[in-house]
Amino acid sequence: MKNSLVSISDYGKDEILEILDLAAHFEANPNQKVLEGKVIATLFFEPSTRTRLSFETAVNRLGGRVIGFSDAATSSSSKGESLNDTIKIVSNYADVIVMRHYIEGAARYASEITDTPIVNAGDGSNQHPSQTLLDLYSIRKTQGTLENLDLTMVGDLKYGRTVHSLIHAMYHFHPTFHFIAPDELKMPEEYKLFCKEHNIPYTEDAILEGNFSKTDILYMTRVQKERFQDLMEYERVKDVYCLHRDMLEGTKDTMRILHPLPRVNEIDMDVDTSEKAYYFQQAQNGLYVRQAILTKVLGLSI
Amino acid sequence: MEKELKVAALRNGTVIDHIPAGQVFKVVDILHLHHYENQITIGNNLDSKKMGSKGIIKISDRYIDEAEANKIALVAPEAKINIIRNYEVVEKRYVTLPQEIREIVHCPNPKCITNNDPVRTVFHVKKQANGQILLHCHYCEKDLKCENAKIN
Repeated sequence: MKNSLVSISDYGKDEILEILDLAAHFEANPNQKVLEGKVIATLFFEPSTRTRLSFETAVNRLGGRVIGFSDAATSSSSKGESLNDTIKIVSNYADVIVMRHYIEGAARYASEITDTPIVNAGDGSNQHPSQTLLDLYSIRKTQGTLENLDLTMVGDLKYGRTVHSLIHAMYHFHPTFHFIAPDELKMPEEYKLFCKEHNIPYTEDAILEGNFSKTDILYMTRVQKERFQDLMEYERVKDVYCLHRDMLEGTKDTMRILHPLPRVNEIDMDVDTSEKAYYFQQAQNGLYVRQAILTKVLGLSI
Repeated sequence: MEKELKVAALRNGTVIDHIPAGQVFKVVDILHLHHYENQITIGNNLDSKKMGSKGIIKISDRYIDEAEANKIALVAPEAKINIIRNYEVVEKRYVTLPQEIREIVHCPNPKCITNNDPVRTVFHVKKQANGQILLHCHYCEKDLKCENAKIN
């Protein structure tokens, strides 16, 4: 289905900007009856409470109704129903299907077997476009622009899908990247090649310390214990990648810290009270961005 | 003597030449020759001025269309295809990799939907600046180096 949003690469620059403008409109007034009379299905084959609540709040504030399930154990897929059948059945009821699945490519496949628009709310370690769009919205809102920004990405750059999607999305806007990660979790070659092919400058570093004085956006990610084969190595790096308030000295006044959340120990709680900490507002921006996505996939005008 | 003649000359059919040694059986897989009932001659590790060592496949009474030829490009990008009619080469063809490859390549990602549901694989072919050819899974969006592709 043409109107689906499965991957951030489904949207070009103009469509990304259209979503961000729509989201700004909803931030100014989040309660509008845009989805009145519409039924939105939220099919969470894998639990994700924060993403589901964000989508469902978006629907409720726009006057739509929600059907769905929050865990595959409570759906008929636990009886062995195929994804194909579940999607076809729900398509009979809903105007949009928001789905999260642990299988990679599930949302793309769903979008090919139904005319009902599909919104991908995460498919395994593959794509989570509403997260990428809310990151972009947060960046534009705090910096006033998306053009010519300096972004430092920290933590798990190997498996972190949010940073990979952000590279693909930011390429429209002439960014400069700094990748800071332990050797085990370095940015994969294919993304560095992507930067080279598109003349996007980047640097790589293994230590987080006083090297982000020119940074506009400090994008922190979680260093997950289960990614390490050697747990001693994990113990060594986990504190190296912890951001403390004193490390913010000498950074730009306009610099903001983003994090897709949940955070564990990579941002010390003493950072939370800094005006540069933006991760909680970032999560709130997700609501407006999801309102914009639902409006766009339905082709509604506001 | 008679046997040798059978190998050398093909009355009607297709000759696939300049297959890299070691890739011959992948070409057999791609063309589903296991169950083909007419004569097939397969040569491997033959001397070649151009490639050092090469493989060749001759198939009687079967003509390979362009789509099939392009699939061969996956494993044998230098392959040359001769169509034979009445002992004469009536057509020579070089293979070119298509932009999209359906069904024949297996996605190595165990979490990809093509390995979990009855969904046929689709790969988009990308050529990188360093010449590396990558197959990009349409579903899980992971990249696979062309030479590592496993043929279904």
